[in-house]
Amino acid sequence: MSQVSVRKVDIAFGSVPVLEQLDLEVAPGEFLVLLGPSGCGKSTLLNAIAGLLDVSRGQVWIGDRNVTWAEPKDRGIAMVFQSYALYPQMTVAQNMGFGLKIAGRPREEVDRRVREAAAMLQLTTLLGRKPAALSGGQRQRVAIGRALVRDVGVFLFDEPLSNLDAQLRNELRVEIKRLHQQLGTTMIYVTHDQIEALTLADRIAVMKDRTIQQLATPEEIYLRPANRFVAGFVGSPAMNFHAGAIEAGKSGPAFRRGELSLPLPDRFRDAGGAVELGIRPEHIVIGTGADALPAAVEMVEPMGAETLVWARVADEPFSLRVEHTVKLRPGDRIDLSFPGENVHVFRAGTGKRL
Amino acid sequence: MSAGAIVPEGPRPRHFGWARLGIYAFLIVAALFFLFPLYVMVLTSLKPMAEIRMGGLLAWPSDPTVEPWIKAWTSACTGLRCEGLRVGFWNSVIITIPSAVLAILLGMINGYALSFWRVPWANWMFAILMFGTFIPYQVLFYPLVRIASTLGLFGNLGGIVFVQVVFALPVMTLLFRNYYASLPEELFKAARVDGAGFWRTWFSIMLPLSGPMLVVACILKVTNTWNDYILGLIFAGRDNLPMTVQLNNMVNSTLGEREYNMEMAATLLTALVPLVIYFVSGRWFVRGIAAGAVKG
Repeated sequence: MSQVSVRKVDIAFGSVPVLEQLDLEVAPGEFLVLLGPSGCGKSTLLNAIAGLLDVSRGQVWIGDRNVTWAEPKDRGIAMVFQSYALYPQMTVAQNMGFGLKIAGRPREEVDRRVREAAAMLQLTTLLGRKPAALSGGQRQRVAIGRALVRDVGVFLFDEPLSNLDAQLRNELRVEIKRLHQQLGTTMIYVTHDQIEALTLADRIAVMKDRTIQQLATPEEIYLRPANRFVAGFVGSPAMNFHAGAIEAGKSGPAFRRGELSLPLPDRFRDAGGAVELGIRPEHIVIGTGADALPAAVEMVEPMGAETLVWARVADEPFSLRVEHTVKLRPGDRIDLSFPGENVHVFRAGTGKRL
Repeated sequence: MSAGAIVPEGPRPRHFGWARLGIYAFLIVAALFFLFPLYVMVLTSLKPMAEIRMGGLLAWPSDPTVEPWIKAWTSACTGLRCEGLRVGFWNSVIITIPSAVLAILLGMINGYALSFWRVPWANWMFAILMFGTFIPYQVLFYPLVRIASTLGLFGNLGGIVFVQVVFALPVMTLLFRNYYASLPEELFKAARVDGAGFWRTWFSIMLPLSGPMLVVACILKVTNTWNDYILGLIFAGRDNLPMTVQLNNMVNSTLGEREYNMEMAATLLTALVPLVIYFVSGRWFVRGIAAGAVKG
């Protein structure tokens, strides 16, 4: 395992800047996920770490070496691609052993390491097959195996599960997590899928518009998103947002939007002004506490274990998640309370968390 | 619903309408139009001269003979020499094979370098190369003759191969560049991470994937070189004249009675190589053109 350090890196395609002044430190053995919508520069960053793209400014360090000018093969990395990128004319074993063969390792060593990696990924019976004779999930396992065989300090994953169907994606996700626990190798993983990010990562770097918006543990990102973008991007179903203003009332600060008046914790006393309020569907509670507000159910979306309920509070729409045992119908009247510790307030305009 | 009504079920019935009939009629007429001369040529080449003199262009040969074919191959006069077309045939083979191999190899490497590696000024080089495909090559003959003779590549086998390769390079490069551009770039990246360099990646990864395009390039280049007349006439030199030039000499230098049967046979012999290539490789040719959907 090696640490990875990206220092003040600029990358530009022609005159179009893709990354600017980007800093990132990945600890040895850490699982870091780069999460963001397409075009945010996350794959570019990964390619730059791999050495497949030249940086126009700054340095890349892997382990304790400055590898900014090093070829990919000399960086001590292995990479897994979205489209698997298996060599079609080679068997699984040849695919996995190709890197070692080029490096001029003796055949017995190549064979042994291919076998070890294959055993780890349950690929032993497939070693003689060509990629065309494999299913999508098997292909990606072979691609992961190819990375394993190289025995390097850092694994790079470029959306490895995006081409698979939902069930396989879950299976392989678990497998990757198990692999990380087993090997302890540093892993950097690019995805646009927040579930993958939340389940796999030690830390997540949420990216947008060429910059890292927040770099924190999954829990921190989920519970205390640094800004409006992170709050909206992470979490499914998405957070409820309402633009409005904070006003100081008799019994403390409150969020106001039209008829809606939502009491807020005391920490927002001095905030004031135009804000955006956010609360996750799973944090709204049905109940009749002192702060509960009356609501009318509009629509119900059963999702198996739980149900997503769309309701209006003072004419403003909110979605909330309830257990599947809670039976509600459109038109039902309920009381909702909004626990203060789970209410997020973002400054309008800048989107910064207050 | 009445008892006899047809209930729509299963595949929709096909209608053989007027439009379809028209299409077939057109195709059949077009096929006949192209097959008719071939029919006459084959028949004439199998008739003795006596029968040809009687006329009856379309008549079936009453006394078929392969004599004209043998004569065309072994003893017909192409100018001053009377050794038949076989000399030209072997000349063409000797010109075609190295030209095709070299042109395809160089075009393939060019295309590979241009599509995967970041060559400085790659786009400009490609643009210049493409410009080359649009220049009518007659314009270049005089300067090229001077260049070739300075290099000692005029009037010999090396000269004609050199010219054949140079003129084929733009198209070959274009073919392979576009083909390689259709392959997933991640394949190339994976090879780079595995430590394969320029030649290794080409030889181990890209070459084995080039099959469909190789077939297309082979067909194009071989038929092109085989059918070439003017380059062979100018650059090959007297001893290496390709089959097409010899055929022309044979047909145009007749003394006395024109031996139609022998000339037909000679023409068919010359056309045989491209014909065989198309028949054998038609399937591959289509497949190569449709290629691009190479999935890992």
